[in-house]
Amino acid sequence: MTYIAKPKFRHPDLEPNARGFTRRDYEGKVSTLCAGCGHDSISAAIIQAVYELDLEPHRIAKMSGIGCSSKTPDYFLGASHGFNSVHGRMPSVLTGANLANRDLIYMGVSGDGDSASIGLGQFAHSIRRGVNMVYIVENNGVYGLTKGQFSATSDKGSKSKRGVVNHDAPIDMVGLALQLGATYVARSFSGDKAQLVPLIKGAILHHGAAFIDCISPCVAFNNHDGSTKSYDYVREHNEAVNRLDVITGRAPIKLDQEPGTLALVQQHDGSTLRLRKIHADYDPGDRLEAMSYLAQRAAEGEIVTGLLYVDPEAQDHHDYLGTVATPLNQLQSEDLIPSASALDKINESLR
Amino acid sequence: MALQPTDTKNPDYFHKVVDCQWACPAHTPVPEYIREIAAGNYTDAYMINWRSNVFPGILGRTCDRPCEPACRRGRVEEEPVAICRLKRVAADNKDDIRARLPSAPARRNGKKIACVGAGPASLTVARDLAPLGYEIHVYDGEKQSAGMIRSQIPRFRLPESVIDEEVGYITAIGNIELRLGRRIESLKALLAEDYDAIFVGSGAPRGRDLDIPGRKEAAKRIHIGIDWLSNVSFGHIHHIGKRVIVLGGGNTAMDCCRTARRLGGEDVKVIVRSGFEEMKASPWEKEDAMHEGIPILNYLVPKAFTHANGKLTGVTFERVAAVYDDKGRRALKPTGEPDEHYECDDVLVAVGQENAFPWIERDIGLAFDKWDMPQVDPVTFQSTNPKVFFGGDAAFGPKNIIWAVAHGHDAAISIDKFVHGQSVADRPPPMVTLVSQKMGIHEWAYDNDISADLRYKVPLVDKDVALKDVRTEVELGFDKKLGYAEAQRCLNCDVQTVFSAPLCIECDACVDICPMDCITFTENGEEEDLRARLNAPAQNKTQALYVSDALKTGRIMAKDEDVCLHCGLCAERCPTGAWDMQRFTLDITHADHRCQTR
Repeated sequence: MTYIAKPKFRHPDLEPNARGFTRRDYEGKVSTLCAGCGHDSISAAIIQAVYELDLEPHRIAKMSGIGCSSKTPDYFLGASHGFNSVHGRMPSVLTGANLANRDLIYMGVSGDGDSASIGLGQFAHSIRRGVNMVYIVENNGVYGLTKGQFSATSDKGSKSKRGVVNHDAPIDMVGLALQLGATYVARSFSGDKAQLVPLIKGAILHHGAAFIDCISPCVAFNNHDGSTKSYDYVREHNEAVNRLDVITGRAPIKLDQEPGTLALVQQHDGSTLRLRKIHADYDPGDRLEAMSYLAQRAAEGEIVTGLLYVDPEAQDHHDYLGTVATPLNQLQSEDLIPSASALDKINESLR
Repeated sequence: MALQPTDTKNPDYFHKVVDCQWACPAHTPVPEYIREIAAGNYTDAYMINWRSNVFPGILGRTCDRPCEPACRRGRVEEEPVAICRLKRVAADNKDDIRARLPSAPARRNGKKIACVGAGPASLTVARDLAPLGYEIHVYDGEKQSAGMIRSQIPRFRLPESVIDEEVGYITAIGNIELRLGRRIESLKALLAEDYDAIFVGSGAPRGRDLDIPGRKEAAKRIHIGIDWLSNVSFGHIHHIGKRVIVLGGGNTAMDCCRTARRLGGEDVKVIVRSGFEEMKASPWEKEDAMHEGIPILNYLVPKAFTHANGKLTGVTFERVAAVYDDKGRRALKPTGEPDEHYECDDVLVAVGQENAFPWIERDIGLAFDKWDMPQVDPVTFQSTNPKVFFGGDAAFGPKNIIWAVAHGHDAAISIDKFVHGQSVADRPPPMVTLVSQKMGIHEWAYDNDISADLRYKVPLVDKDVALKDVRTEVELGFDKKLGYAEAQRCLNCDVQTVFSAPLCIECDACVDICPMDCITFTENGEEEDLRARLNAPAQNKTQALYVSDALKTGRIMAKDEDVCLHCGLCAERCPTGAWDMQRFTLDITHADHRCQTR
């Protein structure tokens, strides 16, 4: 870890956003992760995305479980709400928090151990219920905190740092998320912020369960030859299907691309997802096609990245349950305690 | 065309990153001595200075500090590190350094050098050459040494004891004979003596006069600034009238007005032709003058001295305004308002000074240019008479002490080469080293924690006390505690961020941690284009971009040196050691190093 605090000085030309905050204002403490950890880049991407969206820090709640990835909420959005739950239980805690106060933006940060092993059930149900959240798995395919055992997302045939071959089949978090009904599904790479930042922005603006599987190399235990989650391997096998720009507000959008190479997706909140297609045939609106395409490419050894699926008309669990719009902590006693006449009315109906 | 990778082997590249050292004419290794001050090693800090700039105690009070406007700290926050006054901290707190000074060898080398003028340039030449076995004779018309340091800088800024001490370190080397009170009246005659080379460091001793109506009639109370200052310094003048007008806007004018305040001037004003902002005086000197209750009136051009019965009564001024033409050139145009008259008892004229060489004959093979200045090579300081070298104000007109010292070093190298039959044009390269500062995974051999403190003010003597006596030093200087705090503001720019492309895995860790957004990984391009698309666009074109070889992805690393804090976090967060913090030392070669191998 680094002993000195990151100096408060910032570049004199650093622009404040519409809220008057510079990007530096969204930082957290200095990371205690290993130098070069992909997770730190994801933290930086989250900072960049929130800064660009002009969000106020106090409107965001960061939730996490246990693991290297789950430590990271300490290293970004230092002025936001946060909750570090027990191992694998982040999705449940997030679901509860969201039910109690739907006004906040929920960001669940987890890892492959936290979400694909101990917390797989929690993960599945939070996605299945359509909790309005950004769920980011910082996926390095290894148990870094316990010195490099394979995790449930390690590819079959990949090698550990000590040369041991993994024989277990991997869990594909993106495939699961699609199958379980996530309405915004993306995969990205910590070493490609140009791709990652807009995907996080789109996920934050998405109304519904947004899931991002972010490959994040573990420099200490999973960045060697034979690893399928190393910087070099991911760069070589990365197949981006599209490039996303997120346009907030309802400003007219200019098309400066050749027809057929650009798709515009209008989201609930009025923001627009502008997708520059790299694979012309790929349609991120078709869930079944996405599932089969991903399976095909995975069989070829490719890592498909980009915005893989989005349902712009998605609903969340509040919509399904018809819950009260006001956060529970703002409900007054008159809302919570029915009057005598209301009781009479109920009693009357049961007579 | 895409940028080529930065050639860090060129000694200038990292030298330029150390803005203060690059800006210092003598290339004093500033961060190096500031670290010594922070560590309490005042003697070492002093010796680093002494080697580079010869007069640390004097310069620590009087330097024109070209280093400070260059200081990176001034671009990161509001004000630069108080480099100049830290130098004084080293001088004030050092131990006895005499054992660490060089001395002349027992055997002389048989060469004799004459220095004309006993000011900073000549004394530097003497210091550099005496340890090599030269016999040096320093001539001066005044009875005391140090030239303008003693004659023109007022005692309240620079106590005589400091001058005596630092001149004493030089003469103690040995083989240096100060021939004071002996003005050289003929260079021809000096050339006829048996000197192997002659160095002219006679300064710019003539103050410019103001030839306007009334000058002759009121002459008795109109004084040329630098002459008046030296008369005060040498104890010939003790008083001045109650109402004093100082004409001129340079540092001499500031010394004049502040001296006048101490000699009985109660209503002292500085009146300048130009605007306040454009005055030649350093901002801090103006500030010091105003602090002593001296108003500075601007845009007033002196028109006439008024007088009655042969006695000065005041000065009449025409009010002007700055007018700019299409090319942005400024002219001072009369506003047409009625002339303004200011009453006074004395006027001090400080409107510039000039070189004067009535003692140099024009038939000795020493060519003069169209401004009647000797033709001097700007690198070797040799005149067209190969035996005669110039330096300090005598070479290129009035500058300041630190320039005189730098000239002296270069002239000494030339003289040493010349008398040994070597080419003076062949200059010795500086010695450059880069040493990793890594001590452990997150430990460095320098203090990389960045102080957020703002610049500390130098404590002053109470104004009422200061104004009573021209010999009371007005600045108290930083004490050890303040000196430490100010030293901690230094960003250690000589601890360089050194990048190795083959080691980089492009993980972005350095980009993410850099507090100043200096580092970008991107496609190469032309400099203009590249500067515009960095994480923080590099607008300051005087500062270099550090560009790497192509990396695995085909991209390059581009670092904008402009506002880098040298905090080392890039290197701490780098998993492969592609970034390292390496201390850059640049040892300017002086004449005394000719025979040494280092």
